[in-house]
Amino acid sequence: MNLLYSEVEDDLRAAVRDVLADHCPPGAVPARVEGGEPYDRGLWRVLAADLGVAGLLVPEKLGGQGATAREVAVVMEELGGAVAPVPFLGSAVLATTALLGCATGEPAVADLLGRLAAGTETAALAVSLASAPGAPFPAAVRADADGRLTGVVTAVADAAAAGVLVVPATGPHGSGLYAVAAADAAVEPFVSLDLTRPLSDVRLAAAPARLLPAGDAAAALDAALLTGAGLLASEQLGVAQWCLDETVRYLGQRHQFGRVVGGFQSLKHRLADLWLEVVSARAAARAAADALAGDGRDAGVEVRVAQAYVSGVAVHAAEEGVQLHGGIGMTWEHPLHLYLKRAKADEIALGTPGRHRAALGALVGLPAVG
Amino acid sequence: MAEHPTPTPEDLRSRTRTLLEEPRPTPLDFLRARFDAGLAWVHFPEGLGGLGAPRALQAVVDAELAAAGAPDNDPRRIGIGLGMAAPTILRYGTAEQKERFLRPLWTGEEVWCQLFSEPGAGSDLAGLRTRAVRDGDDWVVDGQKVWTSSAHNARWAILIARTDPDVPKHQGITYFVCDMTDPGVEVRPLRQITGEAEFNEVFLTGVRIPDAHRLGAVGDGWRVAQATLMNERVAIGGLALPREGGMIAPVAKTWRERPELRTAELHDRLLGLWVEAEVTRLGAERVRQQMAAGAPGPEGSGLKLAFARLNQRVSGFEVELLGEDGLRYGDWTMVRPEKVDFYGRDAGYRYLRAKGNSIEGGTSEILRNIIAERVLGLPSEPRTDKDVAWKDLPR
Repeated sequence: MNLLYSEVEDDLRAAVRDVLADHCPPGAVPARVEGGEPYDRGLWRVLAADLGVAGLLVPEKLGGQGATAREVAVVMEELGGAVAPVPFLGSAVLATTALLGCATGEPAVADLLGRLAAGTETAALAVSLASAPGAPFPAAVRADADGRLTGVVTAVADAAAAGVLVVPATGPHGSGLYAVAAADAAVEPFVSLDLTRPLSDVRLAAAPARLLPAGDAAAALDAALLTGAGLLASEQLGVAQWCLDETVRYLGQRHQFGRVVGGFQSLKHRLADLWLEVVSARAAARAAADALAGDGRDAGVEVRVAQAYVSGVAVHAAEEGVQLHGGIGMTWEHPLHLYLKRAKADEIALGTPGRHRAALGALVGLPAVG
Repeated sequence: MAEHPTPTPEDLRSRTRTLLEEPRPTPLDFLRARFDAGLAWVHFPEGLGGLGAPRALQAVVDAELAAAGAPDNDPRRIGIGLGMAAPTILRYGTAEQKERFLRPLWTGEEVWCQLFSEPGAGSDLAGLRTRAVRDGDDWVVDGQKVWTSSAHNARWAILIARTDPDVPKHQGITYFVCDMTDPGVEVRPLRQITGEAEFNEVFLTGVRIPDAHRLGAVGDGWRVAQATLMNERVAIGGLALPREGGMIAPVAKTWRERPELRTAELHDRLLGLWVEAEVTRLGAERVRQQMAAGAPGPEGSGLKLAFARLNQRVSGFEVELLGEDGLRYGDWTMVRPEKVDFYGRDAGYRYLRAKGNSIEGGTSEILRNIIAERVLGLPSEPRTDKDVAWKDLPR
């Protein structure tokens, strides 16, 4: 197990950070999310197409970078640290991983993956963001004999930015993953707690769809949710690290009682404890990414450990940030609230900590009562 | 010494097999031979039990030796020597000191203890009042030390004492190696909340230490002691454990073997603690990987803090989980154990012993100060005693 960052990963981080510094300073995000254009399409184009991060997980022969979950995790850290309003999780992680679990030799799958990797297409996986790995295959959408889809999927991440929806549906031939043009569905954004990752309800009324050939669609979907959950821990780490850094910086310059506020021992100790949580979260997130990048044998445990732990760290870091900033932390103008909202939404996304703990109990032989 | 290329894992495997080929009459003979072969701690220099190899390669040697069932040096009996004295001697000792002390330290022939804390100098260690006065080629030491684990078994001690009371407290300290068989050394057991006496009080009366047993320059003892303390914290918090090892192991075992103890509420808390144990283990593993890669980060400062918190929470949970059996305690008899043991005996012992984890080697409060100031760069605590001669400090 390698818990460090490689040179390639450090370089990738620097490149993503440069782009974000140019296009997406945290102070500019609050104005954008209220401007009726929640996604930063210009930023997404630079990241996805120019930098190639949309294709990290896609093999080179399909037009991607042939990288692993380790590199994707570094991108997630940086996007979390900027609460960047881009559909990376929905498209480059969830939808892409689901497609990679399908028959990638089939043109329908390979073509879509190629376009996603090139950044010329954006997709979303049509499941609730609150779905957890290990859950039963969703029953919300039916496929009829003609392959048309009908049903409602609520709380889908990044659907509003997607041209294609990857929809799990059950039809006459069992469970399947289908590609639906977003234009053929009713994608209805709702007011989301997390301003920087807008969610939508997706309504399908006999929508034309194309079955994506897959040996085991349920396994492909579950692998996507597991990968998404494991990589979400890196996003949560990025959120937590930003909140810690920003709070330390602020308390290092704020004066009260004729002293730097950060010199008061009660605050120093709270920040030291928070630092230790973030350090531990980094080890957990790296372990999950490394396990997903390897043969995946240990990924089930490490992903659950990372989710069960890092979710709470991100929320705690954001809450401490708000409290320790005092009144300014309660303002709309200061970007801290975007991190609090992201952290709290991420706690629910792809399984709550309690669900991951329960799943872990079964995996490591610590059974529940009865 | 001639420059040698860094050994590869295959070199180390082959050296270890060569070591194992020759029969040794006793475990001690084997340990001495292992030290002389440079396979004791491969990152130490050649001739001092190592090969100047990356620290990470020790695992290659250890795996070969474990597979062959070779005897080890019982690290828990000599933890202070291995974790604290040895790295300090390596960094600050003279060639003669390294030659004299490191081999019997590593083989376990000579146990070490640490004479740092005093009744009046705990967290404020630099305020210590044990005096060392120069007398010819010797120093004469008088004072009292406390919380000294293994003093009753120890042949040597690392000692800090005040050699100049006329300068501020950090500047007047010198670091020595003290012979625990000197007639002026008196060791008295100090019984602790577990019932036993793992640690001691040590009274020093006219103890003579040759100047040749000074470690580092006169007056530079505080800096030398920092090296010891950093190593102590990594040694306590950085123990390599397998998944579900350490304090969580007996809890998981009880959970599996005694279904009648299970409740839904305990289940969620158990898994929360299991997660914390795994995350703490991964954090320590990450620090080891950073050190092996030659890029130690500030993360090492947090290891002992995390370790103490985890052990206390898990051991408290274990007693509660046991219910009626948690009301029993193994044995309150006063004994003086051979080893420092965090995990042994029963749940009650583990619970009580773990209370020490947030005190020994720097309290968790001092560690939080260190993290806040040295890692996060926040202002230091007010220091009214910093520029005052030690003898003039209010008492």
